[in-house]
Amino acid sequence: MAREKIVVAGGTTKSWKLLLGLRIFAFMATLAAAIVMSLNKETKTLVVATIGTVPIKATLTAKFQHTPAFVFFVIANVMVSFHNLLMIVVQIFSRKLEYKGLRLLSIAILDMLNATLVSAAANAAVFVAELGKNGNKHAKWNKVCDRFTTYCDHGAGAIIAAFAGVILMLLVSAVSISRLLINSKNFSTTATTTSVV
Amino acid sequence: MVKLTQRLGGLVLRFAAFCAALGAVIAMITSRERSSFFVISLVAKYSDLAAFKYFVIANAIVTVYSFLVLFLPKESLLWKFVVVLDLMVTMLLTSSLSAAVAVAQVGKRGNANAGWLPICGQVPRFCDQITGALIAGLVALVLYVFLLIFSIHHVVDPFLLRKS
Repeated sequence: MAREKIVVAGGTTKSWKLLLGLRIFAFMATLAAAIVMSLNKETKTLVVATIGTVPIKATLTAKFQHTPAFVFFVIANVMVSFHNLLMIVVQIFSRKLEYKGLRLLSIAILDMLNATLVSAAANAAVFVAELGKNGNKHAKWNKVCDRFTTYCDHGAGAIIAAFAGVILMLLVSAVSISRLLINSKNFSTTATTTSVV
Repeated sequence: MVKLTQRLGGLVLRFAAFCAALGAVIAMITSRERSSFFVISLVAKYSDLAAFKYFVIANAIVTVYSFLVLFLPKESLLWKFVVVLDLMVTMLLTSSLSAAVAVAQVGKRGNANAGWLPICGQVPRFCDQITGALIAGLVALVLYVFLLIFSIHHVVDPFLLRKS
């Protein structure tokens, strides 16, 4: 009882099920954000200038690759959804194994890192999108959204999905840290010889 | 003896993060430049852009939080909350830094496809000071990541290294 790990990986406890459910939702949210933003493209033919009575049209395309913040958004969401997928697989297939060594700690740290990553990506995208939607009078940057409405709507949907992913990843990190706390000897108040995680 | 050096290390890290966040706030607030060509004068302030305002607010919150945690006594029960709050503060720092860098990149390079011209050519000193503030924010972020790992090691003790 002295120094051994007192936790055996059970499989069907409440925190296990809660963590699995949260991870599945976070995976779906970040994957949806990545897919919607990566397919975001709109082509429009606009009147650029008028010479005399002849309007000159140009075909302009709005793609997500034009903005580095959106590229970062797509890449970060893909990374976080891949991390969630990996963790789901690890969680399902390791019900019989014991949590020894670094496993719980590395899962908690990876969850925290990915939570910060997805929050950074979502925030960068939302501020750049706000610039595109409202423009900036001081820097003389025009609005983009009044002409490319579908592009802006899809982008807004992707960003909302990413923010849902941020909240879910924060909850996932909290649950992972609490599982770490249960395992740590300092915080087990009751004699838990068969404490399952 | 080990405990004293550990506690001292934590205090030093937190004080350094406090200084970095404070430096970021001050550098961004005092960045203001007026440039005039012919009769048009352009005043560039940090409050023109929403991302910079968010950066200032977030780093101000981090400064105040670091200052308060510096004075937390060693055996207080609030150290468990410090772990959670450290994670939230790290997320706040990354999001504010990432938003400010994204918008500053648009200001520096412009966006040719949207017809947005870069503004750094007209207000170079403003741009340099913003860059300095962002670097200070990055330093604060790195220090807070270290502090997060430090807090977890200290408070949670996942390797059961402490014999108690």
